[in-house]
Amino acid sequence: MTPQASQASAAAGLVLSVKDLSVSYGAVAALQDLSLEVAQGELVSLLGVNGAGKSTTLKAIAGVLKPTHGAITFQGQPIGGKTAEAVHKLGISLVPEGRQIFPMLTVAENLRIGAFGSYKAGSFAEDLEDMFQLFPILKQRYRQAGGLLSGGEQQMLAIARGLMARPKLLMLDEPSLGLSPTLVDQIFDLILSLKQRGITILLVEQNAERALQLADRAYLLSTGRVRFAGRPAEMSTQVDIAAVYLGEHGAVGAAVPDGAPAASASSATPGNPAASAGGAA
Amino acid sequence: MSLATFIEFVVNTLSLGSLYALLSLGLVFVFGIMEMVNFAYGEYITVSAYILYLLGINTSLPWPLVFLLGILGGAAISVISEIVAFRPFRGRSVEALLVTSFAVSLILQYTAQITISPRSKPVPLPGFFNQSVNVAGVVTPIRSLLLIAVTVLLLAGFSLLMKKTVLGIAMRAAAEDFTTARLMGVPANLIISCAFAISGVLAGVVAIFWVGRSGSAEPLMGQAPLLISFIVVVIGGMHSLVGSVVGGFIYAAIANVLTLVLPTSLLSFREAIMFAIVIIFLVLKPAGLFRGSYVEERVG
Repeated sequence: MTPQASQASAAAGLVLSVKDLSVSYGAVAALQDLSLEVAQGELVSLLGVNGAGKSTTLKAIAGVLKPTHGAITFQGQPIGGKTAEAVHKLGISLVPEGRQIFPMLTVAENLRIGAFGSYKAGSFAEDLEDMFQLFPILKQRYRQAGGLLSGGEQQMLAIARGLMARPKLLMLDEPSLGLSPTLVDQIFDLILSLKQRGITILLVEQNAERALQLADRAYLLSTGRVRFAGRPAEMSTQVDIAAVYLGEHGAVGAAVPDGAPAASASSATPGNPAASAGGAA
Repeated sequence: MSLATFIEFVVNTLSLGSLYALLSLGLVFVFGIMEMVNFAYGEYITVSAYILYLLGINTSLPWPLVFLLGILGGAAISVISEIVAFRPFRGRSVEALLVTSFAVSLILQYTAQITISPRSKPVPLPGFFNQSVNVAGVVTPIRSLLLIAVTVLLLAGFSLLMKKTVLGIAMRAAAEDFTTARLMGVPANLIISCAFAISGVLAGVVAIFWVGRSGSAEPLMGQAPLLISFIVVVIGGMHSLVGSVVGGFIYAAIANVLTLVLPTSLLSFREAIMFAIVIIFLVLKPAGLFRGSYVEERVG
């Protein structure tokens, strides 16, 4: 990103700006020239089938994966290639896919680690009380090992752990994955309440319909590229989301470049498109 | 079995088990966090032993200070070897780290051979190390009792460190899932350096008591403790700190039982019988006694 562009971003209240990001797993390109932006207080959804590059995008932003090309700017500061702990220190929390709580650590210890870099005795107690308000179950389970919690409780713990650092940008990777419909409702209600608190959120979801209901803006990815970017209403009218999830050519109309291997995305993940379409339909 | 024999057996098992427990804890601690079997671990003991030798021969420092410097020396060589040798290979394959640790092991062995001597050197130790006391009619070396006491204190302190301090919690988190711990802001370098420092401290404490039994230091002296700790860790489970401690006491108990029950003619086969027992054990319980319960769920 050029300095001018960076200044322009800061002026527009941008928290995060990703420009022409490419990431490879060995010889396989997972992301190609992906660009996206998140403004202060916005909830932005990243949609797409398995293998589209959603999680890879979050991991590259969080510093887990090193970009091969492109720039990531957070609050005007380049963060591409920084270590995960350095990125976290600047105020980005990633709640990883599959929750990844520390199962042998207690709920208390999980939350304490969440505040590892930002710990202050006073604010820690405050934040803890805040988390108990949001997730009463965590108070009941405070001394239990994280691994003893149910899937939904683990997801709540993972989100609470991510919030303990008081992030300026919260990235949620598939928070509703593998949860029962009731719990999915709870998680989306929670995301909505976090948004209403003014937390800037970048949300990766397979449950496209629900994610679009909440989002201010959305990006649709397939095979490592952005196929569509815009407001949820525009996406609903311009894109046949179910078709995208089923991997059909031309589902995004003009937004899909000719010859884009949209079908290969679904053939690379057999069995998945149908499940995803169920959520999107 | 007479009461005296029984007391002797208990004291021997507890003291030998203490030594093996500390030894194995140092090895498994780094493995838990780095997923790396550190074959240079035995040489940290060697380095500590030589520091005891050099200070004991060349200075008239009081023995507590000599012991302390020996332990700190073990920690220092451990941390230095991590920064110099292992850090550049971090994030590469497990095999790369394994081979690097072999290299560090050989470098330290040869350094000792070239700079000090290929032969064993007598290490001066405080007099009480070779004295005994009478416990319920059994002549018991003071150093055995001291070793048990030191181990109890160290394990208690270690347990407090791991459970009550943020650093300890962060190290446990990193042992479970390093990537996620880093995502929470836990710095990789700090955690790994701490792990190696703790491993080195344990090697330093072991060195004092290992030298206490043999009375000497030699370049290849690290190989026997490395092998023992490796076997103990395999018994206890590679992913469990508790397992490595329990495994140490089990291994010591097996060794002492064999010493008691084997006829004199078979005593020289004790090691072979022990290894046979370990093999049978592994067939029955391949993951060791204590499995890191959630390790198999780890992704990436």
